[in-house]
Amino acid sequence: MKKGHIIGLGIIAVAITIIITSIGDASTYENFSSAKAMAVSGNEKAIHVVGELKKDHHGNVVGLKVNEDKTSFTFIMVDNDGYEQEVYYNEPVPADFVRSEQVVVIGSYKDEDTFVADKILMKCPSKYQETDIKASNS
Amino acid sequence: MINTFVGNLGHLMAIVAFVTAIITAISYYFYIKAPLSEKASWRNFSRTVFYIHAVACVAVAVSLFEIIYNHRFEYFYAFSHSSKALPVHYMISSFWEGQEGAFILWFFWNVVLGLVLIHTNKFWEGPVMVVFSLVQAFLVSMILGVVIGDLKIGSSPFMLLRDVSEAPIFQINPDFVPEDGTGLNPLLQNIWMVIHPPTLFLGYASTLVPFAFLMGGLAMKKYAEWVRPALPWAIFSAMVLGMGIIMGAYWAYVTLNFGGYWNWDPVENAVYVPWLVMVASIHTMITYKKSSTALKTSIVLVISSFVLVLYATFLVRSGVLGDSSVHSFTDLGLSGQLLIYMLFFLVVAVVLAVKEWKHIPSSEKEASVYSREFWIFIGATTLGLMAFQVIIPTSIPVYNAIVESFGGISNMAPPADQVGFYTKFQLWFAVALALLTGIGQFFWWNKMDKKDLKNSLVTPYVISLVVAAAIITLGKVYDINYMVVVLAGAFTVIANATILIKLLKKRTFKLTGGSLAHIGLGMILIGVMFSSGYSDTISINMSGMTYKKDWEDDLNKENVLLWINKPLQMKDYEVIYRGRHKKVAGVPDYVKADKLEPTDGLNKAIALKDIEARGKIFYSRGDTVNIVLEENSYFKVEYYQEDELKFTLYPMSQPNPSMGLISSPDSKRYLTRDLYTHVSAINDYEDPEWKEDQFENAGPGDQFFINDFVTYFEGAEVVNELEDVELQEGDIAVRANLTIMDYDVEKKLSPIFLIRGNQVGKIPSVDNDLGIKVEIENILPEENKFVFKYNTYQKDYVVMKASVKPMINVLWVGTIIMLIGFTVAIYRRYDEFQKMRNKGLE
Repeated sequence: MKKGHIIGLGIIAVAITIIITSIGDASTYENFSSAKAMAVSGNEKAIHVVGELKKDHHGNVVGLKVNEDKTSFTFIMVDNDGYEQEVYYNEPVPADFVRSEQVVVIGSYKDEDTFVADKILMKCPSKYQETDIKASNS
Repeated sequence: MINTFVGNLGHLMAIVAFVTAIITAISYYFYIKAPLSEKASWRNFSRTVFYIHAVACVAVAVSLFEIIYNHRFEYFYAFSHSSKALPVHYMISSFWEGQEGAFILWFFWNVVLGLVLIHTNKFWEGPVMVVFSLVQAFLVSMILGVVIGDLKIGSSPFMLLRDVSEAPIFQINPDFVPEDGTGLNPLLQNIWMVIHPPTLFLGYASTLVPFAFLMGGLAMKKYAEWVRPALPWAIFSAMVLGMGIIMGAYWAYVTLNFGGYWNWDPVENAVYVPWLVMVASIHTMITYKKSSTALKTSIVLVISSFVLVLYATFLVRSGVLGDSSVHSFTDLGLSGQLLIYMLFFLVVAVVLAVKEWKHIPSSEKEASVYSREFWIFIGATTLGLMAFQVIIPTSIPVYNAIVESFGGISNMAPPADQVGFYTKFQLWFAVALALLTGIGQFFWWNKMDKKDLKNSLVTPYVISLVVAAAIITLGKVYDINYMVVVLAGAFTVIANATILIKLLKKRTFKLTGGSLAHIGLGMILIGVMFSSGYSDTISINMSGMTYKKDWEDDLNKENVLLWINKPLQMKDYEVIYRGRHKKVAGVPDYVKADKLEPTDGLNKAIALKDIEARGKIFYSRGDTVNIVLEENSYFKVEYYQEDELKFTLYPMSQPNPSMGLISSPDSKRYLTRDLYTHVSAINDYEDPEWKEDQFENAGPGDQFFINDFVTYFEGAEVVNELEDVELQEGDIAVRANLTIMDYDVEKKLSPIFLIRGNQVGKIPSVDNDLGIKVEIENILPEENKFVFKYNTYQKDYVVMKASVKPMINVLWVGTIIMLIGFTVAIYRRYDEFQKMRNKGLE
């Protein structure tokens, strides 16, 4: 076997390792019930859940509880199937949090009742829609 | 009044630029094909059209800037990306905040590069400019804003607001012009954001140059000759892209809140990958020039780096990343167009390369393990694998989109812990790379066999062992992985420095580019290892919660709550938060926010007290002062060690109506480490919710509690003059003097009770820091007592995070050395090209 072949095989081996680990380490989008099922079966991998904050019929966010030292909080999130879940986040409340249209939490169930988010991504109303063009022509 | 002229001019110029780009491409094609006698006239014609194109492109840019600069908010672009409060240098940032502006910047750079190429090349002008003009046509089409039936080509930045917005006001008054724009994203209000995008886009634009030479070479059947003119440009491109990446990292470090310079965000990866490939292609091209190997590899790499830039643009700007990136752009409906752009050049390049593949010379000789070609090839392969490892997971949203477009469902998501995931590969690849550069450089300058190699590597190896041991001991690096990184970094620096010294002794400065760049790499490696691996969050919350779930033990609380004036121990430091401040024009220090009263005027405020700094009074009470960006608040945090004030930091934060809390850290910079402080949450200053009224009867000399604060009623006096109210004949004004103690700070509150005829006026006294408002409700002369009414709200606080980043300066110095290395290499390779061209060979 020529040296070139050995190197070629080496490259292919590394490339395959990369692909396999990428697939293995890739997270998935789940809903809360499947995430809970995963946690129960012992799979502690962090997953993504997409949903919204729970709101009352006036559109106000309900269930947001900030910890006394203001460095963490819990909130109620409704996933795309309508499942309500309390989520804990170990960071101060992001300032535009209550206005977000959609939230993506990345994390996992730490016990039966609580989903712990390692990271929260928010989709906020885009700047343009949000800004009313004011009619004052002063 | 609506000014439609500028917009129409800009739009017209965009169309002119698009048409002339296509004509240039065609006419340069005819120039190549023309017989010798007609070449001159074809060339003049092509050049003229390209000059018109250049003028049109500049006119597009000037029109857009005119709209922003003159605050023409009737245009959507100005309305949504700028505002009156912005200083000029941030207006420049507004220019490229939107995608359209970014495309303009991109094709502007292409024009500049095109003009340079026309005037520095002889043989290559035709083929290179055909490729250039085609690229220009695609780029200009992105801002064309032409609608044919249902087909929309490009998104024009010259749209009027009334044509974009559905706001009802435009039905009533079509000539309505908004008073002010919505402003520039505050994260971009940073000096690095003024220069980072132009650098990055110059980098993007310059990847086109080697690609154009390659395409020209393949089409003209000059399979190997394209390398010489392409090489200096490939190095230029790698240098500028590298500089853009570093500026982006530096910007992230000084303004963003994720506490680091690199976060493996898809947007960052999208630039990193083409850069790696470009660097790999430089190495194979250099090998080819020395020994006629690796030409085919170079061709593949040059095509890849160009297409990867287009792929990066597609990823970032098509909206496909969606929620997987913190800063991807929204979809402007350009994704189809971007996809066509990318696929067009991918297909053309691949077809051309495949067609000519068998004609491309390649060396059949197997490279020996003791040849430089072998080691450089391994290095280039490592770079390629690094790029591959990053692009595969970054593209996960693309796989999902593809699966979904065929009706399938894919729920794959990017790795949850991006930093950990990428680091575990990239770190080891980088270590391998560092070792390879050390060995490779020795092979490069000396012909070696086994024995020579041992002899020449032993000294640098021993020195680097000693240096690494010193770093490990002094830096307390006790992690085995990090020890390997230090060793690899030290070896790279030492081995390349040995070469560098040799070259300097021979006074061949021109040849030092490679060793300098590699020394930079070694330093970057060590700097990254220390600053990231040993980044120490010192703001660990020790408050000890009373009720805690067991899993919370595993979570580090990396934020601390600081109440105003209340000291808190954070590792080696005692920190005290001292309130919210503003930056006032002309005053050297920050000014406490409660000394200023905001007015309706933009960035204007009235001084409520004398503004004094460094023993000098800058403004007196009642003066109007200019605030530097009124949205920005600076939170004063004092760091003490052994009761001695060491330094004070002012991390910035701005509650932004559309983006939430935008924070910029402040760092204490030492030579060997940075102490980084960042605000995570702030009090609500806009409308404090005062709690219900409370009352207290007290006589002079009494002491009572307001909101747990010890309050001392010193006494009351009748005053003849008031600051805010003109006293009339017969008025009686009584002032009560209260002193409140809050840790080491003594606060004076003096509410006033004013009797005018039968009426009573109560002027409350407010302290915002403590969240206290006191009024004299009544005076009971017979009991010699005052009735105080007080309300309280949240005492001022700040939630912050602080960490120590050691050796970050090694990283920055390393990047600078690397860039210098690139510059030297560009000079050398361009010099070579020029000599050959002047001999009439190219």
